[in-house]
Amino acid sequence: MNLESIPLQAFLIVSSALFCIGIWGLLNSRNAVRVLMSIELMLNAVNINLMAFSSYIDNNLIQGQVFTIFVITVAAAEAAVGLAILLSLYRNRVTVDMESFNLLKW
Amino acid sequence: MSIAITSQFICFTVLSLVVIIGALGVVLLESIVYSAFLLGGVFMSVAGLYLLLNASFVAAAQVLVYVGAVNVLIIFAIMLVNKKEDLKPINDIKSRRVISTSICLTLLSLLIRVDLTNVWSLSSPQNSIGEESTIRIGEHLFSDYLLPFEVASVLLLMAMIGAIVLARRDVMSKDISTGLPVDQELIEKSSEPLLTNKN
Repeated sequence: MNLESIPLQAFLIVSSALFCIGIWGLLNSRNAVRVLMSIELMLNAVNINLMAFSSYIDNNLIQGQVFTIFVITVAAAEAAVGLAILLSLYRNRVTVDMESFNLLKW
Repeated sequence: MSIAITSQFICFTVLSLVVIIGALGVVLLESIVYSAFLLGGVFMSVAGLYLLLNASFVAAAQVLVYVGAVNVLIIFAIMLVNKKEDLKPINDIKSRRVISTSICLTLLSLLIRVDLTNVWSLSSPQNSIGEESTIRIGEHLFSDYLLPFEVASVLLLMAMIGAIVLARRDVMSKDISTGLPVDQELIEKSSEPLLTNKN
């Protein structure tokens, strides 16, 4: 590969690593706020992917950037609702430990 | 693209290192406050990556929405729920860690394999429209993406109303699992003051 610019694969690898770190945090953290942060990390990884593809493959109609705008919108709404749910849970249970939220466990 | 290729590489390396190390810090650090501020750093570096991809509008939106709104919201939530509690130990935490780490590493290796082995059909002049991308996004939003744009406004309104309803204090009058009435006083008021237990 000639090095005229940064290869697309570099962006893809960064976003893959970010996504897997997000999944690890989602599975392993016990603080509910950290779970929300991990979800934000995963959304950012997906956004990096969309932006890289839109810049390298679809650089005339940049539809990936429009998709990223929509993902950012949905992520903002998700963060607001998630933190409101978290506050409501904290008010009822006085804890943010994920292990104590087992009401739906069968 | 106006920046020279060497400085592009240096910028990309620094930004991606900050993204990866910051994300590791977000999930691994003990203190949740450090995690929140590192998350802000990760968001800023992702905005830098967008600038490197010639997308100035999305980079600005990223900084405004993520750093300015989502991160501040997370810090406020930490401030509202920040109570030192000693978590109950889980007996099979070791096996859980091993299983989840192996799942994540497997997924990472699969993703990297796909990234490296697939033949991407790149269009030849990269980043050809450059600074026109903001105009192009505006055209998209008001022509072929008009319906998602309007639906997004409805979604934001619903999220706003839902957040207000959920975060109000008098939603539940009793605990769902125990049936006991929930104390509607301010929880923060009954706990000890924040600054006096430092000594």
